[in-house]
Amino acid sequence: MEELRRPASCGELVRVFTRLSLQGFGGVLPIAQRELVERERWLTKAEFVELLSLAQVLPGPNVMNLAVMFGDRHFGFRGALSTLLGMLGVPLVLVVGAAALYAGFAENPMVSGALRGMGAVAAGLVLATALKLMSTLRANPVGAGAAAVLAALTLVAMVVLRWPMVWVVPGLGAPAVALAAWRLGRRGAR
Amino acid sequence: MNWLLHPAFTAADWLGLFGHFLLLSLLAIGGAIATAPDMQRYVVEERGWLSDAQFTDSIALAQAAPGPNVLFVAVIGFNAAGLAGVAVTMLGIMLPSTTLTLAVSRYGHRRQGSLPVRAFTAGMSPLTIGLVLATGWLLTEPTRHSPVAWALVAVTVLAMTRTKVSPMWLIGLGALVGATGWI
Repeated sequence: MEELRRPASCGELVRVFTRLSLQGFGGVLPIAQRELVERERWLTKAEFVELLSLAQVLPGPNVMNLAVMFGDRHFGFRGALSTLLGMLGVPLVLVVGAAALYAGFAENPMVSGALRGMGAVAAGLVLATALKLMSTLRANPVGAGAAAVLAALTLVAMVVLRWPMVWVVPGLGAPAVALAAWRLGRRGAR
Repeated sequence: MNWLLHPAFTAADWLGLFGHFLLLSLLAIGGAIATAPDMQRYVVEERGWLSDAQFTDSIALAQAAPGPNVLFVAVIGFNAAGLAGVAVTMLGIMLPSTTLTLAVSRYGHRRQGSLPVRAFTAGMSPLTIGLVLATGWLLTEPTRHSPVAWALVAVTVLAMTRTKVSPMWLIGLGALVGATGWI
Protein backbone atom coordinates (compact mmCIF):
# COMPACT_ATOMS: atom_id res chain seq x y z
CA MET A 1 0.00 0.00 0.00
CA GLU A 2 1.44 3.32 -1.02
CA GLU A 3 1.66 6.08 1.54
CA LEU A 4 -1.08 8.69 1.68
CA ARG A 5 -0.26 12.29 0.93
CA ARG A 6 -1.73 15.43 2.44
CA PRO A 7 -2.81 18.66 0.75
CA ALA A 8 -0.01 21.18 1.27
CA SER A 9 -2.10 24.35 1.54
CA CYS A 10 -5.53 25.88 1.20
CA GLY A 11 -4.44 27.07 -2.22
CA GLU A 12 -3.83 23.49 -3.27
CA LEU A 13 -7.30 22.53 -2.01
CA VAL A 14 -8.88 25.26 -4.13
CA ARG A 15 -6.89 24.15 -7.18
CA VAL A 16 -7.64 20.44 -6.90
CA PHE A 17 -11.33 20.90 -6.08
CA THR A 18 -11.75 23.32 -8.99
CA ARG A 19 -10.14 20.78 -11.28
CA LEU A 20 -12.37 17.92 -10.16
CA SER A 21 -15.52 20.03 -10.19
CA LEU A 22 -14.91 21.15 -13.77
CA GLN A 23 -14.72 17.51 -14.91
CA GLY A 24 -18.08 16.64 -13.39
CA PHE A 25 -20.74 16.52 -16.07
CA GLY A 26 -23.93 15.08 -14.62
CA GLY A 27 -22.46 14.69 -11.15
CA VAL A 28 -19.11 15.18 -9.45
CA LEU A 29 -19.05 12.17 -7.13
CA PRO A 30 -17.31 9.64 -9.44
CA ILE A 31 -14.70 12.27 -10.35
CA ALA A 32 -14.13 13.11 -6.68
CA GLN A 33 -13.39 9.47 -5.96
CA ARG A 34 -10.90 9.27 -8.83
CA GLU A 35 -9.11 12.54 -8.04
CA LEU A 36 -8.96 12.32 -4.23
CA VAL A 37 -8.26 8.59 -3.91
CA GLU A 38 -6.41 7.60 -7.06
CA ARG A 39 -4.71 10.73 -8.34
CA GLU A 40 -3.88 12.83 -5.27
CA ARG A 41 -3.89 9.89 -2.82
CA TRP A 42 -5.30 12.15 -0.09
CA LEU A 43 -7.74 9.45 1.07
CA THR A 44 -7.87 5.66 1.01
CA LYS A 45 -10.86 4.07 -0.68
CA ALA A 46 -12.26 3.06 2.73
CA GLU A 47 -11.84 6.59 4.11
CA PHE A 48 -13.63 7.96 1.06
CA VAL A 49 -16.58 5.60 1.57
CA GLU A 50 -16.72 6.48 5.27
CA LEU A 51 -16.72 10.21 4.50
CA LEU A 52 -19.33 9.74 1.78
CA SER A 53 -21.71 7.75 3.96
CA LEU A 54 -21.57 10.48 6.59
CA ALA A 55 -22.10 13.11 3.87
CA GLN A 56 -25.16 11.19 2.68
CA VAL A 57 -26.79 10.92 6.09
CA LEU A 58 -26.58 14.66 6.56
CA PRO A 59 -28.95 16.92 4.67
CA GLY A 60 -27.60 19.03 1.81
CA PRO A 61 -25.72 18.33 -1.41
CA ASN A 62 -23.74 15.13 -0.69
CA VAL A 63 -20.59 15.93 -2.58
CA MET A 64 -20.47 19.42 -1.09
CA ASN A 65 -20.80 17.96 2.42
CA LEU A 66 -17.94 15.61 1.62
CA ALA A 67 -15.78 18.48 0.36
CA VAL A 68 -16.53 20.59 3.45
CA MET A 69 -15.59 17.77 5.83
CA PHE A 70 -12.40 17.02 3.92
CA GLY A 71 -11.30 20.67 3.94
CA ASP A 72 -12.18 21.06 7.61
CA ARG A 73 -10.15 18.01 8.66
CA HIS A 74 -7.01 19.42 7.08
CA PHE A 75 -7.14 23.16 7.58
CA GLY A 76 -10.20 23.80 9.77
CA PHE A 77 -12.69 26.45 8.76
CA ARG A 78 -10.35 27.93 6.14
CA GLY A 79 -9.96 24.52 4.57
CA ALA A 80 -13.72 24.07 4.40
CA LEU A 81 -14.08 27.45 2.71
CA SER A 82 -11.29 26.51 0.27
CA THR A 83 -12.95 23.30 -0.86
CA LEU A 84 -16.32 25.09 -1.17
CA LEU A 85 -14.70 27.83 -3.23
CA GLY A 86 -13.00 25.26 -5.47
CA MET A 87 -16.18 23.23 -5.99
CA LEU A 88 -18.49 26.17 -6.66
CA GLY A 89 -16.45 29.17 -7.82
CA VAL A 90 -15.63 28.61 -11.47
CA PRO A 91 -18.58 26.28 -12.26
CA LEU A 92 -21.01 28.83 -10.77
CA VAL A 93 -19.71 31.55 -13.08
CA LEU A 94 -19.93 29.17 -16.05
CA VAL A 95 -23.48 27.99 -15.37
CA VAL A 96 -24.87 31.47 -14.69
CA GLY A 97 -23.13 32.69 -17.83
CA ALA A 98 -24.78 29.88 -19.78
CA ALA A 99 -28.17 30.77 -18.27
CA ALA A 100 -27.73 34.42 -19.25
CA LEU A 101 -26.75 33.44 -22.80
CA TYR A 102 -29.65 31.00 -23.03
CA ALA A 103 -32.12 33.76 -22.13
CA GLY A 104 -31.11 35.50 -25.36
CA PHE A 105 -31.53 32.37 -27.50
CA ALA A 106 -34.60 30.76 -25.91
CA GLU A 107 -36.71 31.67 -28.96
CA ASN A 108 -34.33 29.91 -31.33
CA PRO A 109 -35.90 26.53 -32.20
CA MET A 110 -32.56 24.73 -32.43
CA VAL A 111 -31.44 25.97 -29.02
CA SER A 112 -34.75 25.26 -27.29
CA GLY A 113 -34.89 21.86 -29.02
CA ALA A 114 -31.38 21.04 -27.80
CA LEU A 115 -32.39 21.93 -24.26
CA ARG A 116 -35.52 19.76 -24.47
CA GLY A 117 -33.32 16.86 -25.61
CA MET A 118 -30.86 17.49 -22.78
CA GLY A 119 -33.82 17.69 -20.40
CA ALA A 120 -34.97 14.21 -21.41
CA VAL A 121 -31.43 12.91 -20.83
CA ALA A 122 -31.32 14.71 -17.47
CA ALA A 123 -34.55 12.91 -16.53
CA GLY A 124 -32.93 9.60 -17.52
CA LEU A 125 -29.80 10.37 -15.46
CA VAL A 126 -31.89 11.10 -12.37
CA LEU A 127 -34.10 8.02 -12.85
CA ALA A 128 -31.00 5.83 -13.34
CA THR A 129 -29.62 7.13 -10.04
CA ALA A 130 -32.90 6.19 -8.35
CA LEU A 131 -32.79 2.70 -9.90
CA LYS A 132 -29.21 2.12 -8.73
CA LEU A 133 -30.16 3.20 -5.21
CA MET A 134 -33.22 0.96 -5.28
CA SER A 135 -31.09 -2.18 -5.16
CA THR A 136 -30.03 -1.14 -1.64
CA LEU A 137 -33.65 -1.36 -0.44
CA ARG A 138 -33.52 -5.16 -0.38
CA ALA A 139 -30.98 -5.11 2.46
CA ASN A 140 -32.69 -2.24 4.31
CA PRO A 141 -33.32 -3.08 7.99
CA VAL A 142 -36.95 -1.87 7.76
CA GLY A 143 -37.57 -4.79 5.38
CA ALA A 144 -37.75 -4.77 1.59
CA GLY A 145 -41.55 -4.59 1.47
CA ALA A 146 -41.89 -1.74 3.97
CA ALA A 147 -39.06 0.14 2.23
CA ALA A 148 -40.78 -0.16 -1.15
CA VAL A 149 -44.07 1.08 0.35
CA LEU A 150 -42.30 4.06 1.96
CA ALA A 151 -40.60 4.98 -1.33
CA ALA A 152 -43.91 4.68 -3.21
CA LEU A 153 -45.79 6.78 -0.62
CA THR A 154 -43.12 9.49 -0.86
CA LEU A 155 -43.42 9.51 -4.65
CA VAL A 156 -47.23 9.74 -4.53
CA ALA A 157 -47.20 12.47 -1.86
CA MET A 158 -44.82 14.59 -3.95
CA VAL A 159 -46.04 13.93 -7.49
CA VAL A 160 -49.76 13.19 -7.21
CA LEU A 161 -50.84 14.95 -4.02
CA ARG A 162 -48.24 17.73 -4.41
CA TRP A 163 -47.81 18.01 -0.65
CA PRO A 164 -45.04 20.28 0.65
CA MET A 165 -41.82 18.46 1.42
CA VAL A 166 -41.71 20.00 4.88
CA TRP A 167 -44.70 17.76 5.80
CA VAL A 168 -43.78 14.73 3.72
CA VAL A 169 -40.24 14.22 5.02
CA PRO A 170 -40.98 14.38 8.78
CA GLY A 171 -44.41 12.75 8.33
CA LEU A 172 -43.09 9.64 6.59
CA GLY A 173 -39.54 9.88 7.92
CA ALA A 174 -40.44 9.69 11.62
CA PRO A 175 -42.33 6.37 11.41
CA ALA A 176 -39.68 5.02 9.00
CA VAL A 177 -36.82 5.81 11.38
CA ALA A 178 -38.82 4.45 14.33
CA LEU A 179 -39.46 1.22 12.45
CA ALA A 180 -35.76 0.95 11.52
CA ALA A 181 -34.72 1.55 15.13
CA TRP A 182 -37.16 -1.11 16.37
CA ARG A 183 -36.00 -3.70 13.82
CA LEU A 184 -32.30 -2.93 14.43
CA GLY A 185 -32.87 -3.10 18.19
CA ARG A 186 -34.53 -6.52 17.93
CA ARG A 187 -31.76 -7.74 15.68
CA GLY A 188 -29.17 -6.54 18.21
CA ALA A 189 -31.00 -8.17 21.12
CA ARG A 190 -31.08 -11.56 19.50
CA MET B 1 -35.29 41.28 -17.70
CA ASN B 2 -32.98 43.11 -15.36
CA TRP B 3 -30.02 40.80 -14.75
CA LEU B 4 -28.93 42.25 -11.45
CA LEU B 5 -32.12 42.55 -9.46
CA HIS B 6 -35.67 41.57 -10.22
CA PRO B 7 -37.65 44.84 -10.30
CA ALA B 8 -40.95 43.27 -9.22
CA PHE B 9 -39.53 41.52 -6.12
CA THR B 10 -40.62 43.01 -2.79
CA ALA B 11 -38.76 42.58 0.48
CA ALA B 12 -41.30 39.91 1.43
CA ASP B 13 -40.56 38.04 -1.81
CA TRP B 14 -36.82 38.03 -1.07
CA LEU B 15 -37.42 36.81 2.46
CA GLY B 16 -39.80 34.13 1.24
CA LEU B 17 -37.32 32.92 -1.38
CA PHE B 18 -34.43 32.87 1.09
CA GLY B 19 -36.49 31.23 3.83
CA HIS B 20 -37.78 28.51 1.56
CA PHE B 21 -34.30 27.59 0.35
CA LEU B 22 -32.95 27.58 3.94
CA LEU B 23 -35.69 25.09 4.78
CA LEU B 24 -35.03 22.94 1.70
CA SER B 25 -31.34 22.76 2.62
CA LEU B 26 -32.24 20.94 5.84
CA LEU B 27 -34.76 18.71 4.04
CA ALA B 28 -32.29 17.76 1.31
CA ILE B 29 -31.64 14.20 2.39
CA GLY B 30 -30.34 12.42 -0.67
CA GLY B 31 -28.83 15.55 -2.16
CA ALA B 32 -30.01 18.83 -3.59
CA ILE B 33 -31.74 17.33 -6.63
CA ALA B 34 -34.26 15.57 -4.35
CA THR B 35 -35.66 18.98 -3.41
CA ALA B 36 -36.51 19.85 -7.03
CA PRO B 37 -40.19 18.79 -6.81
CA ASP B 38 -40.79 21.02 -3.80
CA MET B 39 -38.81 23.86 -5.39
CA GLN B 40 -41.05 23.56 -8.43
CA ARG B 41 -44.17 23.56 -6.23
CA TYR B 42 -43.01 26.77 -4.52
CA VAL B 43 -41.36 28.75 -7.33
CA VAL B 44 -43.71 27.76 -10.18
CA GLU B 45 -47.08 26.85 -8.68
CA GLU B 46 -47.24 28.95 -5.53
CA ARG B 47 -45.30 32.08 -6.58
CA GLY B 48 -45.44 31.99 -10.39
CA TRP B 49 -41.87 33.31 -10.71
CA LEU B 50 -41.01 30.75 -13.41
CA SER B 51 -43.04 28.75 -15.92
CA ASP B 52 -42.96 24.94 -15.87
CA ALA B 53 -40.79 24.95 -18.99
CA GLN B 54 -38.37 27.51 -17.53
CA PHE B 55 -38.03 25.37 -14.43
CA THR B 56 -37.16 22.15 -16.25
CA ASP B 57 -34.95 24.10 -18.72
CA SER B 58 -33.01 25.42 -15.74
CA ILE B 59 -32.29 21.91 -14.50
CA ALA B 60 -31.37 20.65 -17.99
CA LEU B 61 -28.97 23.56 -18.47
CA ALA B 62 -27.31 22.94 -15.11
CA GLN B 63 -26.99 19.20 -15.83
CA ALA B 64 -25.30 19.99 -19.13
CA ALA B 65 -22.71 22.25 -17.47
CA PRO B 66 -19.82 20.95 -15.35
CA GLY B 67 -19.94 21.14 -11.58
CA PRO B 68 -21.96 19.74 -8.70
CA ASN B 69 -25.69 19.12 -9.20
CA VAL B 70 -26.59 21.76 -6.62
CA LEU B 71 -25.79 24.43 -9.24
CA PHE B 72 -29.26 23.94 -10.74
CA VAL B 73 -30.36 26.04 -7.77
CA ALA B 74 -28.26 28.94 -9.07
CA VAL B 75 -29.91 28.75 -12.50
CA ILE B 76 -33.38 28.72 -10.96
CA GLY B 77 -32.37 31.68 -8.77
CA PHE B 78 -31.05 33.51 -11.82
CA ASN B 79 -34.15 32.91 -13.92
CA ALA B 80 -36.48 33.87 -11.06
CA ALA B 81 -34.69 36.94 -9.78
CA GLY B 82 -31.40 37.74 -11.58
CA LEU B 83 -27.93 37.73 -10.02
CA ALA B 84 -29.30 38.65 -6.61
CA GLY B 85 -31.51 35.58 -6.94
CA VAL B 86 -28.39 33.44 -7.48
CA ALA B 87 -26.86 34.78 -4.27
CA VAL B 88 -30.04 34.35 -2.20
CA THR B 89 -30.90 30.83 -3.39
CA MET B 90 -27.32 29.49 -3.24
CA LEU B 91 -26.72 30.94 0.24
CA GLY B 92 -30.05 29.53 1.34
CA ILE B 93 -29.41 26.01 0.04
CA MET B 94 -25.79 25.85 1.29
CA LEU B 95 -25.74 27.63 4.66
CA PRO B 96 -27.79 25.35 6.96
CA SER B 97 -26.54 22.02 5.60
CA THR B 98 -22.89 23.15 5.55
CA THR B 99 -23.09 24.46 9.11
CA LEU B 100 -24.65 21.22 10.27
CA THR B 101 -22.07 19.16 8.39
CA LEU B 102 -19.19 21.07 9.98
CA ALA B 103 -20.68 20.60 13.44
CA VAL B 104 -21.32 16.88 12.96
CA SER B 105 -17.95 16.30 11.33
CA ARG B 106 -16.15 17.88 14.29
CA TYR B 107 -18.06 16.32 17.15
CA GLY B 108 -19.88 13.29 15.92
CA HIS B 109 -17.94 11.28 13.39
CA ARG B 110 -17.04 8.59 15.88
CA ARG B 111 -20.70 7.71 16.47
CA GLN B 112 -21.28 6.50 12.96
CA GLY B 113 -22.01 2.88 13.86
CA SER B 114 -24.38 3.81 16.70
CA LEU B 115 -28.01 2.70 16.61
CA PRO B 116 -29.58 6.17 16.15
CA VAL B 117 -27.35 6.97 13.17
CA ARG B 118 -27.99 3.57 11.57
CA ALA B 119 -31.74 3.84 12.16
CA PHE B 120 -31.79 7.34 10.67
CA THR B 121 -29.90 6.26 7.54
CA ALA B 122 -31.96 3.12 7.07
CA GLY B 123 -35.30 4.83 7.68
CA MET B 124 -34.60 7.80 5.44
CA SER B 125 -33.18 5.97 2.44
CA PRO B 126 -36.56 4.75 1.06
CA LEU B 127 -37.78 8.37 1.22
CA THR B 128 -34.69 9.52 -0.64
CA ILE B 129 -35.43 7.06 -3.43
CA GLY B 130 -39.04 8.28 -3.63
CA LEU B 131 -37.84 11.88 -3.84
CA VAL B 132 -35.29 11.15 -6.56
CA LEU B 133 -37.94 9.26 -8.57
CA ALA B 134 -40.25 12.27 -8.20
CA THR B 135 -37.49 14.51 -9.55
CA GLY B 136 -36.99 12.24 -12.57
CA TRP B 137 -40.73 12.28 -13.30
CA LEU B 138 -40.81 16.09 -12.98
CA LEU B 139 -38.00 16.40 -15.53
CA THR B 140 -39.96 14.44 -18.15
CA GLU B 141 -42.83 16.94 -17.93
CA PRO B 142 -42.05 19.23 -20.92
CA THR B 143 -41.49 16.31 -23.33
CA ARG B 144 -44.09 13.74 -22.25
CA HIS B 145 -45.92 14.09 -25.57
CA SER B 146 -42.83 13.00 -27.54
CA PRO B 147 -42.03 9.30 -28.13
CA VAL B 148 -38.48 10.27 -29.18
CA ALA B 149 -37.95 11.97 -25.82
CA TRP B 150 -39.15 8.81 -24.04
CA ALA B 151 -36.66 6.81 -26.13
CA LEU B 152 -33.90 9.20 -24.97
CA VAL B 153 -34.95 8.69 -21.35
CA ALA B 154 -34.87 4.91 -21.82
CA VAL B 155 -31.49 4.92 -23.60
CA THR B 156 -30.04 7.09 -20.84
CA VAL B 157 -31.36 4.84 -18.07
CA LEU B 158 -30.01 1.74 -19.81
CA ALA B 159 -26.63 3.30 -20.57
CA MET B 160 -26.21 4.52 -17.00
CA THR B 161 -27.22 1.27 -15.35
CA ARG B 162 -25.62 -1.19 -17.79
CA THR B 163 -22.50 0.55 -19.15
CA LYS B 164 -19.75 2.85 -17.95
CA VAL B 165 -20.34 5.51 -20.61
CA SER B 166 -19.84 9.10 -19.39
CA PRO B 167 -23.04 11.16 -18.94
CA MET B 168 -21.36 13.85 -21.05
CA TRP B 169 -21.90 11.79 -24.23
CA LEU B 170 -25.56 11.20 -23.41
CA ILE B 171 -26.15 14.90 -22.83
CA GLY B 172 -24.45 15.57 -26.17
CA LEU B 173 -26.71 13.00 -27.83
CA GLY B 174 -29.79 14.63 -26.27
CA ALA B 175 -28.68 18.07 -27.48
CA LEU B 176 -28.12 16.73 -31.01
CA VAL B 177 -31.46 14.91 -31.22
CA GLY B 178 -33.30 17.94 -29.84
CA ALA B 179 -31.51 20.53 -31.99
CA THR B 180 -32.31 18.63 -35.16
CA GLY B 181 -36.01 18.90 -34.38
CA TRP B 182 -36.89 15.37 -33.31
CA ILE B 183 -38.54 16.30 -30.04
